[in-house]
Amino acid sequence: MTLWMRLREVRRYPSALASLVIIGALVLMAVYAVIRIPYAEAIRLWRAGEVIWLDNPRNAAPKWVNWFGASQPETIILPGDKVRKEIESLGSGVRRETFYFSFDFLYGNFPSELAMFFNATYAKTPPQVNLLWRTPDGREIAIGSRTIKASDRYIISGDPVLQKRLGRSPEEGLFANPQAPEKTLKGRYTLVLEAYLFEEGAKIEPKLVVYGRVHGWAGTDHLRRDLTVALLWGAPIAMIFGIAAAVGISLAHFVISAIGAWFGGVVDLLIDRLTELRMILPLLPILIMVGVLWTRSIWVLLLVLIVFNLIGGVKTYRAMFLQAREAPYIEAARAYGAGNFRIVFRYLIPRMIPVLIPAFVLAIPNYVFLEASLAILGLGDPLLPTWGKVIFDAYSQGALYKGLYYWILEPAALLMLTGLGFSMLGFTLDRIFNPRLRTL
Amino acid sequence: MENLKRIASYFGVRSSLLLITVVVAVYLVILIANMGGHMDKIRESQIREQVGLALQSPEFQQMPEAQRRQIYEQMVEVRRREEGLDKPFFQRSLRYLVNGITLNLGRSQRITSDTGSNQVRLILVERLPHTLLLWGTAQLLLFFISVFLALYLSRHYGSALDRIVVALAPTSAPPAWFYGIILILIFSSLLGLLPYGGFVDAPPPPTKLAYALSVLKHMVLPVLSVLIGGIFVSIYNWRTFFLIYSSEDYVEMARAKGLPPRTIERRYVLRPTVPPILTSFTLMLITVWMGGIITETVFSWPGLGRLLYQAVENADTPVMVGSSVVYGYLLAMSVLFLDLAYAVFDPRVRLGAAGGRRL
Repeated sequence: MTLWMRLREVRRYPSALASLVIIGALVLMAVYAVIRIPYAEAIRLWRAGEVIWLDNPRNAAPKWVNWFGASQPETIILPGDKVRKEIESLGSGVRRETFYFSFDFLYGNFPSELAMFFNATYAKTPPQVNLLWRTPDGREIAIGSRTIKASDRYIISGDPVLQKRLGRSPEEGLFANPQAPEKTLKGRYTLVLEAYLFEEGAKIEPKLVVYGRVHGWAGTDHLRRDLTVALLWGAPIAMIFGIAAAVGISLAHFVISAIGAWFGGVVDLLIDRLTELRMILPLLPILIMVGVLWTRSIWVLLLVLIVFNLIGGVKTYRAMFLQAREAPYIEAARAYGAGNFRIVFRYLIPRMIPVLIPAFVLAIPNYVFLEASLAILGLGDPLLPTWGKVIFDAYSQGALYKGLYYWILEPAALLMLTGLGFSMLGFTLDRIFNPRLRTL
Repeated sequence: MENLKRIASYFGVRSSLLLITVVVAVYLVILIANMGGHMDKIRESQIREQVGLALQSPEFQQMPEAQRRQIYEQMVEVRRREEGLDKPFFQRSLRYLVNGITLNLGRSQRITSDTGSNQVRLILVERLPHTLLLWGTAQLLLFFISVFLALYLSRHYGSALDRIVVALAPTSAPPAWFYGIILILIFSSLLGLLPYGGFVDAPPPPTKLAYALSVLKHMVLPVLSVLIGGIFVSIYNWRTFFLIYSSEDYVEMARAKGLPPRTIERRYVLRPTVPPILTSFTLMLITVWMGGIITETVFSWPGLGRLLYQAVENADTPVMVGSSVVYGYLLAMSVLFLDLAYAVFDPRVRLGAAGGRRL
């Protein structure tokens, strides 16, 4: 039976088909990630800090939690040029611009934060603003006045004076129902912003952000970063790391054990010693040491992993090669005068490929999870977002204590899918390629 | 007599080979843990800083600049010589190696034991029981449950339970810590039933019984996560293994003779499987010794695995090297024990003859 025919047998196993669907979906996801967010852009989005994510809420759950009966607010962003604006000249170059930031707030839960961002242009005298809050039931709450610098922000929810006046944190106090203070008052809210501009050419561009508690399909983390970036980019990294490590290590083991079994003698003895050395060397501690002391680049760690695995772990295939060595067709090859390397690479190794394929597929999840393991120890790649790093961030930020389960469960589910996909396929291939198992 | 001599010489050769392997492994670890000598530069700048801080007295400040420099350099030199930093790294690395191999593990740089000692030996000894308790329990449970269940499944192969276990085998792809986090999420965070981690309640319960119960409570989740992470693939592998052995021709022969199934299982199936079972039991013991770095870290379990991680995090070379040496020795001893056990249990292994090689 040819290799291809055997591979096509996979179709007969439902679990293998399911795994192929999973792997296919992951590959699509990886391709989409790489095309949609190029490598440099992914690193920039993940590493540039809070500046580019200012409009995102912190630690927001994904949007779909609202499908399960929650009523978590989404973020409302109102730029000044999109709202009703009145301009009144007060003489001698002084101007009053009144912005009416009106929005409907129909959620059961309070927003997470409330902030105003300003961009102001002026020569000498900075503009002055007054803020007034109008609730749906007609109450008016003065928030305060401020002098605005060229690029300014006013975190209303973090204003200690306002908090003292309201008796609770502003993002709750401003939205609370006076009859039932634990609930929100649904309806149309307006933030009235009066800006006094003291110069002819002065300009002010305000923006109101009512931070919600849900964001996008994946939610956000403690640095307001959109988790979709990391979840998407985790796919190509996990696949490349897993497959590269598995290919490198399985192939190397295979070739080394074939050579050892064929030549015997000193080579074999050396391989035996190296295998023992590898057994005694603590691999994970060494990886951790390399990660902490030398470099945290994921590609260097991958290289170290392959190098250390090269020198050991070949025992598994050795017995099989020893058996194959005695096969009549090898003897025939020898009889017609084939060289050592010809026999090893043309006759011995191809014959054993069926054994290699399942082992190789089964090894992929191990390396995918190894990347996550290093990340959970804080040794993830310093630049790239990976699933393991998201779990690490969540874990070290106390997501388990704070109940931010989506933060851990999303990357965990993707890791689990990848692991299950490859290992289900591996188990099926094992049954197809090892006839001894097939009859069982 | 002849035989005994052969056995002795075989084990002599084996142990010396293993010792050489341990020496090489430890030296590699020393090289990596010292960053090929870079760690000493860090140590030296630490010394300079400490000396600088020690020389803050007013009398010293009033001395002339040249004299101050001289005293400073002298003190640094004394400290450097004390720690052997004046010699080249290669020479020192050999001394580290000899110290490590002779289990003269020295003092840690930052990490201390709970009693406040900085003897690496004491730190390791203090952590060891915790690791043995957790991983001994987990691995023994895993091993025996899977062997016995596999034996049962191989008898009832094709049954509903058998199919379920085969279908669940891929769930062992994620490591134990991964399930650990999920279990913490469910049982500690969501349900609030079990502690998030740690070894015992704080403050520790006064009575012995309450103390033991508290430790037990802290062990549930880590043990469970090790079990979930390994049980199905382990059962699957053993089951396949037993099935292969029970489809051998001589087993068919015994069946044809009409021997009762129990006898067939005991004499014809189980007996030849003893050596591989022994191998995997020994390999399992090795994991018990080392514990799990990540699982212990996730559950804040104060064992050897977590110690090693803390050592790396604190760049505490003596502790890193110390635990690697201990690990290397334990592993070598296990391998040697395995050889011995093979000689006893596997009649196919002829000691001394043909180099006494294991297949």
